[in-house]
Amino acid sequence: MSSVLYDTPGPKARTRNILYTVVFLAAFAGALVWVLTTMADKGQLAAEKWSPFVNDGAVWTTFLLPGLAETLKAAALAIVIALPLGALLGVGRLSDHRWIRIPAGAVVELFRAIPVLMLMLFGFALFVQFTDIGPELRPFYAVVAGLVLYNAAVIAEVVRAGIHALPHGQSDAAKALGMRKGQAMTNVLLPQAVSLMLPALVSQLVVILKDTALGGALLGVEDLLSAYQTIPANYGANTIATLVVIAVIYIVVNFALTSFASWLERRLRASKKTSCPDGDITPEEAALLAGPTPAETPAGR
Amino acid sequence: MFDFLHNPQYDVLGAFWTTVQLALWSAAGSLVWGTVLAGMRVSPVPLMRAFGTAYVNVVRNTPLTLLIIACSLGLGQTLGVTLGGGTFDQTGFRLAVLGFAAYTGTFVCEALRSGINTVPPGQAEAARALGLSFFQVLTLVVLPQAFRAVIAPLANVLIALTKNTTVASAIGVAEASLLMKEMIENEADALFAVFAVFAFGFTVLTLPTGLLLGWTAKRMAVKR
Repeated sequence: MSSVLYDTPGPKARTRNILYTVVFLAAFAGALVWVLTTMADKGQLAAEKWSPFVNDGAVWTTFLLPGLAETLKAAALAIVIALPLGALLGVGRLSDHRWIRIPAGAVVELFRAIPVLMLMLFGFALFVQFTDIGPELRPFYAVVAGLVLYNAAVIAEVVRAGIHALPHGQSDAAKALGMRKGQAMTNVLLPQAVSLMLPALVSQLVVILKDTALGGALLGVEDLLSAYQTIPANYGANTIATLVVIAVIYIVVNFALTSFASWLERRLRASKKTSCPDGDITPEEAALLAGPTPAETPAGR
Repeated sequence: MFDFLHNPQYDVLGAFWTTVQLALWSAAGSLVWGTVLAGMRVSPVPLMRAFGTAYVNVVRNTPLTLLIIACSLGLGQTLGVTLGGGTFDQTGFRLAVLGFAAYTGTFVCEALRSGINTVPPGQAEAARALGLSFFQVLTLVVLPQAFRAVIAPLANVLIALTKNTTVASAIGVAEASLLMKEMIENEADALFAVFAVFAFGFTVLTLPTGLLLGWTAKRMAVKR
C-alpha cells in the first residue's frame, strides 16, 4: 500500500484513516438504511416480490433468459455486420484518393455525431415505409440497423487509429518490397493493427451490448431490459426486484467482457515488450487517450 | 418539404433547449461526482478505494437506459424522491440528470485517473516533501495538472453525454429524440427531412464542442 500521492501512513495517519473509514461507513450505512426502510414501507422488500427469482423457474425460462438471448443476438449481429463495414470505412478514410477519403470521412463523422437512439428510430421508420418486414421483427431490425450505423463509424475510427499507431517503417518496408498500396494494407498494416485494436473492439462490444437496452425500452424489442415491464405485470408489481435482477445480469455479462478486454490489453502489451509502469489502465482509458499521446508517438515512430 | 418546421405543434428549438439543459446540468454533476470518485480511488483510505472501484465497475457496466428507468421507477415512484421538482416533468428532468451524472461520473473518474497517471511522480513527491497532506497534494498539485491533460478525453465524454441525453425519452423527458419520434409518426412523408433536421441539430451541438475543446486542450496542455 504505497502511492506516490501520500506518505506511508504513520500512527497518526492510521488513526485518521480509521476515522475516515468510520465516517464513510456511517454515511454509507445511513443511505442504505434509508433506502431499505423506504422500500420496506412501500412493501418492496416483501418476500413474494423477490421469491419468484429463486423459486419459480418460469421467470427465468419465460422472461429473463429469452430476453438475454435476444440482447446477445442483437449485439452479436450488430458487431458482425459493423466490423467489416467499419474496417472498410476506416481504410477508406486513409485512402490516397480524395473521392474515397472525403465521403468515407463524411459518413464516419456524421454517424458518430448522431445519437444511436435517433438512428434506431430512423431505421424503424425506414423499415415501416420501404420494406415489408413484419411488425414483430421490425424493432429488432431497427435496433441492429441503428447499432450497425453508429458502431461502423466508431470502429472506422478505431481502425484508423490502429493503423496510425503502427510505426512508419512498416509501410515503408512494404513499399520497399514492391508491394502495392492494397497489398501493404491487407498483408502488412491491417493484420498488425487488428492486434492493436482488439481490446478497443472488445470494449466496443460492451458499448453495443449496453445500447441494445434502448431497443427494449423505446422500440419494444423483447430483450433483457423489457422484462422490467413484463415480469412486474405477471408477478405482482415487483419492479424494483426485477430491475435489480436485470441489472445484475447485465453487469455480470459486461464485466466479463470488460475483464476480457483488459486481459487482452495486458497480454498484448506484455508481448510488445514496452515498459509501461501502469498495468491496470483499462481499454476505455486507452481509447480515451487514443490519438497522438505524447508517450506513444516518439517511441513508436 | 420542411413545412413541419412552421407547425406550432412542434417546438424543435424548445426540445433541443431541453437537450442542452440536460447535457449541461449532467455535465456539471458528473464532473463533480467524477472528481470525487477519482479522489476516492487514489485515496489512502482502503474502504474509499474499494467503494470507488466497485462503484465504477458496477455503474459503467450497467446500460444507461436501465439506470435512467431505475431512477424514474425506483427512486422516483417507489422511494418518492422528487429532488424538489414540483411537477411530473420537473421531477423527470431532475431524476434524469441524476442518472446521467451517476453514469457519466464513472467515465470522468476513469479519464481523470489516467490524467493523474500522466503527472510526473516528481510533482507529487515534491509536494509531499513540502509537507502537504494527501488532500493538498491532490487538489493543489496533481489534479490541476491532471485536468489540463484530460481536456480532450473529457470533451469526448461530454459529447457522448450530449448524445446520451436522448435516453431520457425513456422516462418521458421532452427532449429532442422524443419530439423526433412523435414527428416521424405524424409526418411520415417527410421522414428524411425530419431526420435531417435532428441530425443537423446534434451535429451543431457536438461538432463545435469537439473543435472548441480540442483547441483548448492544445492550449492548456502542460508543456513537458
